[in-house]
Parts: sequence; structure tokens; C-alpha cells
Amino acid sequence: MSTTPDVHQQVEAQSREILGEDIVAYIEQCHADPEPSGKLIAVLHRVQAKFGYLAPAHLDAVSQLLRVPAAKVSGVASFYHFFRLTPRGRHVINLCLGTACYVKGADQIAQKLRDELGITFGETSPDGMFSLEATRCLGTCGLAPVMIVDADVHAEVTPDQVPLILERYIREARKERA
Amino acid sequence: MAKKKKINLTIDDTPISVDEGTTIMRAAEKLGIDIPRLCYHPELSLAGSCRVCIVDVKGMGYFMTACSVAVWEGMEVQTNSPEIRQARRDIVELLLDNHPQDCQTCERDGRCELQNLAYSMGVRTRLFEGRRKEFPIEATSHSVVRNPEKCILCGRCVRVCAEIQGVYNLSQHGRGFNTVVGPAHLGNMDDSVCIQCGQCINACPTAALLEKPSTDAVWRALADPELHVVVQTAPSIRAAIGEGFDMPPGTPATGRMITALRRLGFDAVFDTNFGADLTIVEEAHEFLTRLKEGPLPMITSCSPGWISFMERFYPELIPHASTCRSPMSMLSVLSKTYYAEKLGLDASKIFTVAVMPCVAKKYEAARPEHADVLERPYTDAVLTTRELIWMIKCYGISLATLPEGEFDAPLGLSSGAGDIFGSTGGVMEATLRAASKLITGKPGYRVEFTEVRAVEGLRELYVAVGPQNIHVGVANGLQNAKTLLDKVVRGEEEFHVIEVMACPGGCIGGGGQPYPPPGVEILDPDLLRKRAEALYAIDHDKKLRESYDNPAISELYDTYLDEPGSAKAHKLLHTHYAPKLPRGIR
Repeated sequence: MSTTPDVHQQVEAQSREILGEDIVAYIEQCHADPEPSGKLIAVLHRVQAKFGYLAPAHLDAVSQLLRVPAAKVSGVASFYHFFRLTPRGRHVINLCLGTACYVKGADQIAQKLRDELGITFGETSPDGMFSLEATRCLGTCGLAPVMIVDADVHAEVTPDQVPLILERYIREARKERA
Repeated sequence: MAKKKKINLTIDDTPISVDEGTTIMRAAEKLGIDIPRLCYHPELSLAGSCRVCIVDVKGMGYFMTACSVAVWEGMEVQTNSPEIRQARRDIVELLLDNHPQDCQTCERDGRCELQNLAYSMGVRTRLFEGRRKEFPIEATSHSVVRNPEKCILCGRCVRVCAEIQGVYNLSQHGRGFNTVVGPAHLGNMDDSVCIQCGQCINACPTAALLEKPSTDAVWRALADPELHVVVQTAPSIRAAIGEGFDMPPGTPATGRMITALRRLGFDAVFDTNFGADLTIVEEAHEFLTRLKEGPLPMITSCSPGWISFMERFYPELIPHASTCRSPMSMLSVLSKTYYAEKLGLDASKIFTVAVMPCVAKKYEAARPEHADVLERPYTDAVLTTRELIWMIKCYGISLATLPEGEFDAPLGLSSGAGDIFGSTGGVMEATLRAASKLITGKPGYRVEFTEVRAVEGLRELYVAVGPQNIHVGVANGLQNAKTLLDKVVRGEEEFHVIEVMACPGGCIGGGGQPYPPPGVEILDPDLLRKRAEALYAIDHDKKLRESYDNPAISELYDTYLDEPGSAKAHKLLHTHYAPKLPRGIR
């Protein structure tokens, strides 16, 4: 039997490099399981915790080392809301679209955010500054409509306030850079 | 085997007794009740996703899917009632509500399962106009074109690719309305592990997956007075083309097909069978060399889907693949060399068309290995059986009434060994015919090797050829092939020769073959058997049965190639493969 040609062996080495020792060790642990492919989601959780998101290169590396077809890996990663396929922005905006916030005009806030940032929910602005996410009820309906940026809660937001709120984070970033 | 427990139930008030574990759909079929279906396929795993096959089971309070629910004792099933018909119609209308309204200009018009279903459900107006899916057509592959706008998410392509072919190139991505079927990362098919076999095209009920069309290029060539246009037809075309003209499956139509091709304007009509005979002569020579020098097993290389699979999934087996070009490529090479010289034609003025049961042949034709020194492909265009059927219809030719024609000399003469290339086990049988002559030195030592006809997908056995006991393996469908190949890779079995055909049943079940008539499914063993029987009947009735007996082959060697395995034969008729990325997970 001749040996596996180099080009395919390189893929395995590259995959190890992309994921790093800790993840590779975890995947090797998964292979002790009678059905390693059943650990796919657990592996993806760890990869996202480490890198912040799941890039195609990460998914391909998981496919190669866990030995699950790449289409299945990317299919699973794209199905679950929890998994992010693009890097997160410097600031994460969570707009509540729960019933109370919605009744109090969250849809208008949503539109304003989309217009200002040029992106929609689940996306990150091209400059990497903001990621826009929608959430369901945050349990603070008295403050509706609510928008959370990182850990800051912005209560009773109106569309007019949206640019001002965003501007604050942009200014802070500029200051930090200076 | 223990006898299965019988379950008694009624379907539409008719009592029936079936084996435990039978689904409602299967039980109903026994009573001649055809429950409508879409995502269901008898050879694939159950999805239960389309909900079209719903029936009313007494006492359940909701409609159940007949494809996935097993019968139970005392079950009372109603397959028809105003409520069920309404519910089914609603389901189909909801499938239609975001589907493009372009039936008249759609490739699948008239042969679309969704269209047929909408008609039979009685959908006469479109009540719902939902939001449309908007996706670009993805045509990066040489063989398979994806149009996700027409996809109804039945998942048959995903399952055929994973379960029958073991490739798993397709998966559903995203969720809800935004779900899309595609390769990893929804990337290009060309950058994926797709082996271009086209089984997804066959499995698709709509036009979400189609072959990349080549008919325009062929029409242009036929209309160009400067070009000498030659065509070759693969063995399995003659056994299936009739289906496109309402002939029953398994009707051989060789002569009528040849006449139709002449009427379309081809200057010469050749037979890929000639290439098959030549492949056998070269491959038998290669095999005898390998018996002495290795490496063994030798694995056949005619199936381009298999070659792609090997390069991505089993690169360590590349040294085992026969170096022979496929019959199609051999014939194309000879058309632009031997034939051109014989007729005094300029090779650049010869346009070679190959009619294949296969979409991967479109990819093979475009591979740099099969181009001349000026990087011009030896095969200029590949048409599928479906494309040729359409061209014949477009031209207004009624195939059924045509007189019988004959292939042109010299590349149209063939033995029966060439015909059976179209069926699983055919290449093996043809090889054994030739090998038995070479090994025993007796012509006609043994002609038929029925034991290698692997209709069930996989076969391993020893065949005695004179003093040699040859260990052969035959597999069709790549999931089956994996079973054999893993044994080779792990060193568990030592085979002499292995035949691998990517498609179930071999070329007769190829990704470019006619869509089966309504009520018949692709991969239907009965359909494949009928097509195979047509080829074995042609072989049986031929005077020439062995590739070595083909006088046109002898003349080719005498006047052009010297001898099998000669330097010239190697230059023109052999090639090499290399590992490819992305690397497949096997």
C-alpha cells in the first residue's frame, strides 16, 4: 500500500494549526466516543468560545479532524442562532423585539438602526464597530423600548436618539485610538 | 429467518394484513392506492418533511404522514376525504407560493414532479402569493447547475449524495424561509467535494439542480460549414434514449438513434463502444503487466465520477487506477488524430461531440489531462441522454418511426464487450473475456461471466480463468464502493481487479439519463435491470463478442498504434491522476 499523498496530509496538519492544541485535544477525546460526530455541536461551542465566531476555515478544520463532512458542519453551524459565522463587532447592540418593546415602537428603532449602520440583524458593520442583534423580552418592559449596547441599557429609546447613542461609542473608540 | 408478525388494519375500509413495520404508504400500495408524495424515495432514508402524503388515522386527531408511520393492529386509515384532499392541496399551494412562475420556460416543464403534483391535487389558481426566494444561479461546476430559487427543500439531493454516493457534498444551510441547499459554506460547486455524478439532478423533483447545458455549442458547430462534426454515443444511450420517446424502458434503439444523429447533421456517427473495445485491449495489457509488477488491485478508470471521488476521498489508491483514458476520451483522441490523418482533415476543424449518460463526462472533457498540447480539449462538447432527446425533438424528428442506421467506419465498429460497458459489471466481464483469451491463449475460451453482474450494488468473488484464479470486486454507487475500497486500504483483502462505477447500476443509471416516466422512481432496480437487459441482449446477439476480435481495432494497431501498450498508445490513450482538494471525509 502506498502512503497517503502529501497534499491530503497537509490538510490535517493545517487543520491542527488553525484550531490550536486545546481544541485538537478535545476532538481527540471525542474520538473515544462511540459516535464522535455526535459531538459536533460541543466542538463548535468550544471553537466559537475561543475565536469569537466560526470562520469557514474553522469549520473546515473541524470537519477534517472530527471527520464529519464539511457540508454537514457548515449546515449545522448555520442552523443554530447561537453560532456566529462572521466576526463580532467591537460593540454588540441587542435590540429587544419582545411584545412590549414592539408595541412601544421597537420596529422604528430597528429601522433606524438598519439605516444608520447599513446592516441588518445578525450582521456586523463593515468597519467592525457594531454587531446588530435582536433579542426577545429582557424582562424590563417598564423601560420599553429597550436597547442594550454591550452592558449598557438604553431605556425608552426613540428613533432620534439612535444616532446620538451610536455616536457616543464611535467617539469613545476614537478617543481610545488617539 | 423468523416469520414477521402480521398486522391487520383497514385502509379506506378495505381490510389488509401486512408485515409488522410496514408503513401506511407501503400497505396502501398493496391495495393499489397511490398516496401522493414528494420528499419520499424508496431507496433513501425517510425525511417526512413535505407532508404531502398525509392520511387520516382514526382516533389520532391530526393527519399523519403515510411514508413514515408504521401500521399497527386495528389501525383504520382513510387516504381520501374532502378534508384530506383540501389539506394536501393547501400543502402543495404553500410549496408553490414562493416558487417561480416560469413553468413554460423551465427545463423540467412537463416532467416536473411539483407541477404534476399541483395538477393532480387540483390546484388551478394560485391563492397565495408569498415572498419569493431570491438566489443567484450557481453555475461554476462543469456539470451541475444549482438554482436554489426552484428548490422546495425536499432534501432528496442531500440524501442521495450522502447515502447512495457517500459524498455528502450537499446540506441544508440556515433555517426557516432562508434555508438553502448547497455545498459547505454555500460555496461554489466547483470548489466543493462534488464529484459531479449528477445523481442530485436525477433525484431533484424540480429544476433546482440541472446539468450544465451544451446544446447551444453543438447547434453552433452543426451549423458551421467549416467544421467536420463527429459524434459518439456511449453504450448506455441506446438502452435508454427510447424512454424519451415513450418507448418502454429497456427498448434498444441503436439504429434509430444513429439515423436521428445523421438527420441532425453530424458528419460521422461513431460508437463509444469502439473506445470501450480499445480500453479493454489496453487495460488487459496493463493488467498482465500489473500481475507481474504490481501494484494490484487494478481499478477501472472509465467512470469520471469515480475518478473525482478517488482524487478527493481515496488519493492513496491513485496508483491503482488504470492509466487508460476512458472510452469517450480515447475515441475523441483518435477522432482528432487517427481519423483526421486517415481522411486528411485538419484536426482543428474537427468538432467532437460525445453523447453520454453522465454529467461528470462534461467535467472529464474539460480536464487538462484530456487536452492536446495546445490545450484544446479532445472532446469539444458532451451532451447527456436528456439533452440529445431534447435536440431530436427540437429538430422535429420522430425517433420511433425512423429506419435503422449503422455506425460509421472505422470508429463505429465494436464487439459486444463494448456494449456491456454501460452496465455494472460490464467492464469487468469484458476484461475477463479478454484476459481469458490472453491467459489461456484460446479465443472464445469463455465469453459470458454472468457472475460479475453486480445488480445489487456490490460483488466480490473469485473467477477461474485457466490456471489463474482472479479475485474480482465490482461496485456501483460510491457508498458501495467505499465498502470494497476500505478493505483494500486496510489490507484486508487482496483483489486483482476492481470495477467501480459511480452511479447506481453503472452508466445505465447515470446522472444524465432520462427522467423516469411518472410512477417510476430513479434508482428503481427494475428500471435499471430493464436497461441493463437491453445491453446484454445486444451483446448476446452480436457476432463479435470479444474486444480482441474487433477488426477495426486490429487495423488501428497495425496501421497506427503498433501494439497494445506501445509508446504511441501510451502517449495517446493513457493518462495520470493526482490528489485534489478539498479533501473529502470518507
